[in-house]
Amino acid sequence: MVLPPTAMLVVTLLTLPLATATLLFASGRQPRTLTLAAALLSTCAALALGLNVHLEGVSVHAIGGWEAPLGIHWQVTVPGAVMLLATAMVGLAGAVYGAGYFVHRPGPEGRMARVFMPLWLFAWGGLNALFVAADLFNLYVALEVLTLASVALVALSARRTALQAAMRYLLAALFGSVIYLLGVALLYGQYGILDLDGLTSKLDPKHPGSRAGAVALTIGLLTKAAIFPLHFWLPGAHGRAEPPVSALLSGLVVAAAFYLLLRLWFGPLAGLLTFGVGTLFGAIGAGALLWGGVLALMQRRLKMMVAYSTVSQFGFAMLVFPLALAADREPVVTGGTLLLANHALAKAALFLAAGSLVRASGSDRIDRLVGFTGSSRWAWIAVILAAAALIGVPPTLGFSAKWLLLQVAVAEGAWWWLGAMLGGTLLTFAYLGRLLERALLAPAPAPHPPKLKIALLLPALLLALLACVMGLWAFDVETFARLEPGP
Amino acid sequence: MSLPPGTLFLLASALLFAIGAHGLVTCRHLLRKVLALNVAMTGVFLLLVTLGRSGTTVDPVPHAMVLTGIVVALSTTAVALGLIVRLERRRP
Repeated sequence: MVLPPTAMLVVTLLTLPLATATLLFASGRQPRTLTLAAALLSTCAALALGLNVHLEGVSVHAIGGWEAPLGIHWQVTVPGAVMLLATAMVGLAGAVYGAGYFVHRPGPEGRMARVFMPLWLFAWGGLNALFVAADLFNLYVALEVLTLASVALVALSARRTALQAAMRYLLAALFGSVIYLLGVALLYGQYGILDLDGLTSKLDPKHPGSRAGAVALTIGLLTKAAIFPLHFWLPGAHGRAEPPVSALLSGLVVAAAFYLLLRLWFGPLAGLLTFGVGTLFGAIGAGALLWGGVLALMQRRLKMMVAYSTVSQFGFAMLVFPLALAADREPVVTGGTLLLANHALAKAALFLAAGSLVRASGSDRIDRLVGFTGSSRWAWIAVILAAAALIGVPPTLGFSAKWLLLQVAVAEGAWWWLGAMLGGTLLTFAYLGRLLERALLAPAPAPHPPKLKIALLLPALLLALLACVMGLWAFDVETFARLEPGP
Repeated sequence: MSLPPGTLFLLASALLFAIGAHGLVTCRHLLRKVLALNVAMTGVFLLLVTLGRSGTTVDPVPHAMVLTGIVVALSTTAVALGLIVRLERRRP
């Protein structure tokens, strides 16, 4: 049997990272060319798949020719393709950065360099699997692969604080998984089906079993996505991990759980999205914006500030739900997906640049960072570009996303949610502005800041640039990104 | 009084889940927390298997899910135990 080219691409996206990671672990050696080639190939496969979705629309593949409900199928939707592309960009950037950041040397110090790349590829494969999976149980397995790789990545930094953060992250994530699986069991018990499309047509919103299942799935995913007030594990895990790890975790791993939340609430659970549920989600979002924003403003350490910023930025994403109540859901879903993609690129760039600045400064206290001098200048430019994308300055991707959502809010007269979005943007502006002001106007005296390698500068710069220029393309996306969650 | 079939199993699974969730929140020792998670997970597995046998025929899909779930639970427990060991070694 000859597979169609899109199926080949999906198979490559799943098997290449996982197989390479396993091989690297088994052999115990990490030839840099091999790891970077695997990263580059995965990126090319994602680009080709994105192009294919752009040209030909949604594609579905039944693995081994077994159709649902018994077989498993993969589905490449437009939001899924956008997330696959964001994963590829962050994955490649992080792999290059990691190759420059972790120094290969014998003994325990070199352990990070030896273990980083296989774990990175495991996480990448888990993300890819999650973005193409189309049934509740496969999504569970993908989430678990991702969780295990992420926890191990946090624990890479062998400091006790990092290990404690990893442990707390693991317990929170596993708790989320158990509750998610409970939801899967409840829905399966009701309808005898796992496939998302099948569930969409079968689900009865009035049945108490569907509601109980929806509540369990949602609580599980909210925990994994670190949505306020279930964000308690995030700042420690993201703030204390090594910089490329924080970039992946903050940019993509929480976004993956949130993407799944979007997929469920705009797919099978759409009938349950009532005014009360939407308002509750919106209130959670507003709370996250405020809490995350204020705490980000109060942080003295750079990476902790960026970590709290993630808590606040996912508040924006939660506002998608109340906005979808009255309006046509298409622009809302497109806006939500673009928001996730923008956050993935910009936040990853911010964490990578922060890692470089911390290395150059020898401290991660904001008031001790090196100023706009020498090679650190390029890291600061990446920070400025990423900040512009997070705030949503035109023509960044963040602007396109927020613009779409603002238009919906104005058209609906949803002034409360409009106010929350504007307030959140102001807070984002405040904490990122404070960082730039402290460091650029009153830099710490650093006579000879070490020169940074190009591998520590270029990935962050390119990611931030991508988040900025993709906004120009996103208005075109808006016209093509008609969400089609299958027939 | 006759209960519908499987009621006992459903009650047992709810009880296991509740014990696990309670233990995860209240226990302070990390090992106990990991054990509590496993107990809660067993509750979910029991629910799945019970749902699979409610009809006259046995539905194989929940069994496959539980089998995969056990493998996942084993791996996550292994990672959790590994982390606990490393944490203990680094106790100041």
